[in-house]
Amino acid sequence: MMAAAMTEKMDKKQAGTVKNPGKLRVVNQPVSKVDAPALVTGKAVYTNDLAPSDCLIVKVLRSPHAHALIKDINITRAEAVPGIECILTYKDCPDKRFTMAGQTYPEPSPYDRLILDQRVRFVGDAAAIVAGTSEEAVKKAMKLIKVKYEVLEPVLDFHTAKDNPILVHPEENWKSLCPVGADNKRNLCAHEMSESGNIEEVLASCDYVIDRVYHTKANQQAMMETFRTYTYLDTYGRLNVVSSTQVPFHVRRILANALDIPKHKVRVVKPRIGGGFGAKQTSVSEVYPSIVTWKTGKPAKIIYTREESLIASSPRHEMEMHVRLGADKEGNIRGIDLYTLSNTGAFGEHGPTTVGLSGHKSIPLYGKAEAFRFTYDVVYTNVMSAGAYRGYGATQGIFAIESAVNELAQVLGMDPAVLREKNMVREGQVMPAYYGETARSCALDRCLKRAKEMIGWDGKYPRRDMGNGKVRGVGVAMAMQGSGISGVDTGSVAIKVNDDGFYSLMIGATDMGTGCDTILSQMAAECLDCELEDIIVSGVDTDTSPYDCGSYASSTTYVTGMAVVKTCETLRAKICERGAEYLGCSSDDVEFDGQKVTNLKTGDSISRKEIGNRVMCSSNAPLSANEAFSSPTSPPPFMAGIAEVEIDKETGVIELIDYAAVVDCGTVVNPNLARIQTEGGIAQGIGMALYEDVVYNAKGKNYSNSFMQYKIPSRLDVGNIRVEFESSYEPTGPFGAKSIGEIVINTPSPAISNAIQNAVGVIIRELPMTAEKVYRGMQGK
Amino acid sequence: MEIQFILNQKQVTAEIGADAVLLNVLRDLGCKSVKCGCETTNCGLCTVWIDGKSRLSCSVLAASIAGHEVTTLEGVAEEAEEFGSFLAGEGAEQCGFCSPGFIMNVLAMFRELDSPGIDEIKEYLAGNLCRCTGYMGQLRAIQKYMQAKKTQKMAQRRGEATA
Repeated sequence: MMAAAMTEKMDKKQAGTVKNPGKLRVVNQPVSKVDAPALVTGKAVYTNDLAPSDCLIVKVLRSPHAHALIKDINITRAEAVPGIECILTYKDCPDKRFTMAGQTYPEPSPYDRLILDQRVRFVGDAAAIVAGTSEEAVKKAMKLIKVKYEVLEPVLDFHTAKDNPILVHPEENWKSLCPVGADNKRNLCAHEMSESGNIEEVLASCDYVIDRVYHTKANQQAMMETFRTYTYLDTYGRLNVVSSTQVPFHVRRILANALDIPKHKVRVVKPRIGGGFGAKQTSVSEVYPSIVTWKTGKPAKIIYTREESLIASSPRHEMEMHVRLGADKEGNIRGIDLYTLSNTGAFGEHGPTTVGLSGHKSIPLYGKAEAFRFTYDVVYTNVMSAGAYRGYGATQGIFAIESAVNELAQVLGMDPAVLREKNMVREGQVMPAYYGETARSCALDRCLKRAKEMIGWDGKYPRRDMGNGKVRGVGVAMAMQGSGISGVDTGSVAIKVNDDGFYSLMIGATDMGTGCDTILSQMAAECLDCELEDIIVSGVDTDTSPYDCGSYASSTTYVTGMAVVKTCETLRAKICERGAEYLGCSSDDVEFDGQKVTNLKTGDSISRKEIGNRVMCSSNAPLSANEAFSSPTSPPPFMAGIAEVEIDKETGVIELIDYAAVVDCGTVVNPNLARIQTEGGIAQGIGMALYEDVVYNAKGKNYSNSFMQYKIPSRLDVGNIRVEFESSYEPTGPFGAKSIGEIVINTPSPAISNAIQNAVGVIIRELPMTAEKVYRGMQGK
Repeated sequence: MEIQFILNQKQVTAEIGADAVLLNVLRDLGCKSVKCGCETTNCGLCTVWIDGKSRLSCSVLAASIAGHEVTTLEGVAEEAEEFGSFLAGEGAEQCGFCSPGFIMNVLAMFRELDSPGIDEIKEYLAGNLCRCTGYMGQLRAIQKYMQAKKTQKMAQRRGEATA
């Protein structure tokens, strides 16, 4: 009901200031990022470049045990090291639990953390905080801290975590703010079941039921800039936090909770960020220098090493997914049943929410299904806490569902692309598994058609023996995501007119290299009929920026973008009013063309420059506008990806040859940046599919603790990635746009798996798909 | 200990610890373009030139560069800006954190190889990781830059011939 009213309202707006994409001047143009000159010349714009040289160096002493109680910490000798300013243990930290998840309050993630806890829950968990004037002093002191641990048995197998007698969070002050089915006395971080139709009946009457289990591993975002934060007290005694974060406003709340201080005592500033991909949607590093500064009054900074970023961070949730997929003989998919078991690790950050996407953003790809059921458990274990990573559960679920569809195609003896053409969701369809929303904009059919053309599917499917011991196969997958979190997340925007009429665009959305400072400026320039250069934009400062939940959940283009459009509409009306006032006429008689306000009756006009200057002299009202946007719907972008791989029949070595991807993100706001998002997301997806794995030993020690062990793809490992766009028009989005940031990581795993399946008949259901697995599969046949 | 070396065409003197790593010494001397991405010589972010050759400054003892010539992105700002505009023209600088090391190695490649092919480019730059772009945009930028340089050179030659 609300959604329908919204659409109607939006449609009306389209007729007004929002132009159709054919006539766009700044939007839909491949403009360079506004911060590019500084970035390519290596200017000092990142957190560690800006930190004062007198910051205390902060480091965290980490637990060598997966599960233990701290019986005693002796810091006497460590404190005596010259240069050591403070050493903090759990006794120095507030005993009020909080979550580090950057989510809108009340957070679905449980409040299960302390800054330092007497119980350590994974190898790498924080045991003490050390701050000193030099790195050498701090490292020396860390070696001199004597911790007595009572080593406990850990829960390391996530299959046995639920209702295990060993509890990861037995504490009484653990709490869950939202009804997500969490129960710390059962190691449960979340549980839910949703369904439509009678799945058991439908599956029982199907000609074919694919019944399989798929397993995706934890993956590291591996952004090039590790976690880092510096802190200081300002003139007013407030805690100032400069941090590489995607969620400055959430960090303000998280720090206030963690330190048990009022929120008004905290200010968070986000400079340029060296990548995030969701990792920095968790407040991984902020608490440590914050508590040091709060206790000592001195500036402090923490720079995570790559090792710390790989052992104590916020990787993708490992998930095991049991799929039952039913179809008739003709290949009509009639029912989908999915059970997801998700491993949130030692803490629950993003646990209750990521898992939902594994079903809600995979099952709806198949529009005809008569019934679905989606059940999940999210469990605590004694490994590093998981977090948010691009795709946020959808990536895992899509690997499972798309792989099952590819297995169904094999059983039916049908081309997997044809099977999809038969069953895929189409524009105008209601998606029961996607909260009953309607796919108002969907070019998935065109995406798949074009991707097939790009790769030459009909000539290459299923395989070509290259005659040299190698065989090439092609494989296909589809994907969807959302655009922001419907009914929850909010983006607000302010624009003010300054002297000479230049605009300040103030946003709380966080550019993490993706270019939102640029694309939001493009939208504003389009709406205000001005040049990009007429608009200034800056990083986020929670003291002055308008509220924005932050850059995650594929929300910025869609949610904050709509806030830009709304703000511009209001501002244009105000400029007209002010122009009319200065011209001495009624605002009904004027028009604003971006440069001047003209009295249509007399032809008199006043320039934007003059209006801007006059506003600053004897004015009783500022000339600015401020609007917010929160969407009742979350329109999904769609895409199709096709991989071509070459397999060595002797060794099982997989080489990625070619990847064709076609995306429907609605109107493409900036074709260059959208292309890079897509290519980059696919490369990360290729890493997940073929190389990346977080490996623990039997005692829970993480072996994947450097780029020597955790191998992200180099430019020799990704083959050729080719991207095109097939745009639909999303009526509720700015200029018809939907999101792009996350969906792009979702197709490589299932598409590459399918290519291997088609090349050598081996089906790999556990990532990553290594040569060993292919070899063993070929031997086992 | 005290060392003297040439940094970006200027003689500098630095007081360093015997175990100081070049990366940190350069950042302390104000060359903030030099970034650390991994500490294990896997990422290429800390690439600088020592005596004109690309080196990973995270794995060079600062004491060993006494008397040598070190160049960072700050020392080739004009060239960086020129190539950087091609990178930005593709949107391929993205977060920009790997850009300085990448650009240093790209400029080194142009000095070492004469119109390299795609495979040569990929091989030369294999040690420069980037997590944002998927590398395709970087390759397009390099190819367009090389084409522009070629056109520029040809125009220059034509100009010289007609003069």
